[in-house]
Amino acid sequence: MSSLRWYRNPWRRPYGLMLITFLYLVWSLVPVLVAVLFSFNDGRSRTNWQGFSMRWYYGDPLRSVWHDASLHTALTHTLLLGLLATAITVPLGVAMALGLDRWRGRVPSGADVVVLISFVLPEILIAVSLLFVVTVVSTPVGLGTSGQVIGLVTYQLAYPVVIVRARLLTIGSDYEEAAVDLGASPGGAVRRVLMRMLVPAIFASAVLVFADVIDDFVIVRYLSGDSSTEPVSVKVYNTARAAPTPALNALTTLLLLASVLAVVGGYLLYRWFTRGEKEAGRLDVFTGEA
Amino acid sequence: MAERGARGGTRLLWPALAIPGIVWLGLLLVAPFYVVLAILFGGVDPILRQPVPVWNPVYWDFTQFEYVWQHIVGQDAFFRPALLRTVVYVGVASLLCLVIAYPVAYYTARFAGRWKGALLAALIAPFWISYMMRMLAWVNLLQTDGLFNKALSLGGLLDVHVNWLGGQPETVVMGLVYGYVPYMILPLFAGLDRMPAATLEAARDLGASRWETFRRVTWPLSRQAVVASVLVTSVPMLGDYFTTDLLSGSPETSMIGNLINNSVLTPGQTGQAGAFVLLILLVSILPMVLYVRYTRTAEDTAS
Repeated sequence: MSSLRWYRNPWRRPYGLMLITFLYLVWSLVPVLVAVLFSFNDGRSRTNWQGFSMRWYYGDPLRSVWHDASLHTALTHTLLLGLLATAITVPLGVAMALGLDRWRGRVPSGADVVVLISFVLPEILIAVSLLFVVTVVSTPVGLGTSGQVIGLVTYQLAYPVVIVRARLLTIGSDYEEAAVDLGASPGGAVRRVLMRMLVPAIFASAVLVFADVIDDFVIVRYLSGDSSTEPVSVKVYNTARAAPTPALNALTTLLLLASVLAVVGGYLLYRWFTRGEKEAGRLDVFTGEA
Repeated sequence: MAERGARGGTRLLWPALAIPGIVWLGLLLVAPFYVVLAILFGGVDPILRQPVPVWNPVYWDFTQFEYVWQHIVGQDAFFRPALLRTVVYVGVASLLCLVIAYPVAYYTARFAGRWKGALLAALIAPFWISYMMRMLAWVNLLQTDGLFNKALSLGGLLDVHVNWLGGQPETVVMGLVYGYVPYMILPLFAGLDRMPAATLEAARDLGASRWETFRRVTWPLSRQAVVASVLVTSVPMLGDYFTTDLLSGSPETSMIGNLINNSVLTPGQTGQAGAFVLLILLVSILPMVLYVRYTRTAEDTAS
């Protein structure tokens, strides 16, 4: 039985859990790394490695991302949607978070429930109902960029609301009261004390919304007008099963790069904003779990 | 907390700040569902095959709803297989997600030590990778001449030509698990991380084995987090149609989301899409109420 002694040791390291976690990480990340790798393939294949080249980025005069208009339009349209939707969602959501945090009554608590529900509501329900609105009811909003931005803002609004409210909860009311005691007007205390302290949370929600919007598929597909307003996700959906070239891999790799730049840049700035705070190193706020 | 709203001078400020967002959600999230009802219970233009919404509930016409309902429960139930499939796929995929997510989240929360931050970053990484890119990655790997079959053939020793992408339910469920498991790991991690380590150590000190500590202390304490994370994963999965479209493309694996997607853009069938939207909404109301209640209790205990 001596060979089982390590197993019997009640304080042994949890090797089983370690193994599962390790295997999960391999399984979750390696397929994507392979897809990135094959975007640099010199040949047309997505399974046989034929040497490194930038052919599918700009080398190929017809089918590379740089030369094929349908590919780079998708990329620029995706980034445009990301910027527009973030620019509307974040101010709207931050104001809503402040308001819902302080305003007591039936209306705000009903709105609170709607915000939470929009977190779990299947996206297709929002997409179909907005598609019906745009096509059946005469509104100034049409299919295409305007419809897509409106749909994305509706879907994403919950993020800044939840993140900023969580932050308001940890800040408490002491700082604001101190500011008022020292002679600030209540509005001034909000603007000059509370808003300053909310900057990291606002910033984190902006990064989160941007990264989520450029990945969106369901809403942007139904609300796209024609092929000129189809973003990368729709392009992938339309061509993934129809013998695509590695240019599609290159396109998604570029989108991934945009995401990574936004998140890493965002995280570094976030650390800088919250330097000197004990709890600030925590990543939760970036996971949408704060 | 209760004193907050009473500060003078700003009493109108808070409603003023909240109202734009509330109006936005009211007009663009809640009201559109009434449009869905008006189309579902409306008519179809006989020539243009366009939906004609009926706004007044008094004049609602239930033909389109009857049609869909009859083809779910009646004799010629050609919608039923997709609905049953959705229940099975979402059930199996959610269970597999939990089986994978729980140990990973538990290890990260309890044992990762100084690697916690790095490990968490790696677990979050799939969030920043587009869902479509992650599915495309599997489309590449699972082609008949793809790397997965090559790996199975042990470098050419065996002759493996499995057509993984030709309508295999296993592939679709795997795709769903792959796509949605990160959304389960994070809420689970948050719940397990909050758990008092002293309680678990006490159980071990008092002689419980690892398994017994888990069964009698850890699991009961984490039950709420498990429920919330299963809801967060399975409810959005109900509306999925793109995973099966990309990884199978066969009607043999279509789900309720595919029924919506196929009818919503087909002239004359828009109302049917409305019926399926209503169906998903009705099915997910109970889980959503549970989720809201859980989140609110979690907030109350946190504050």
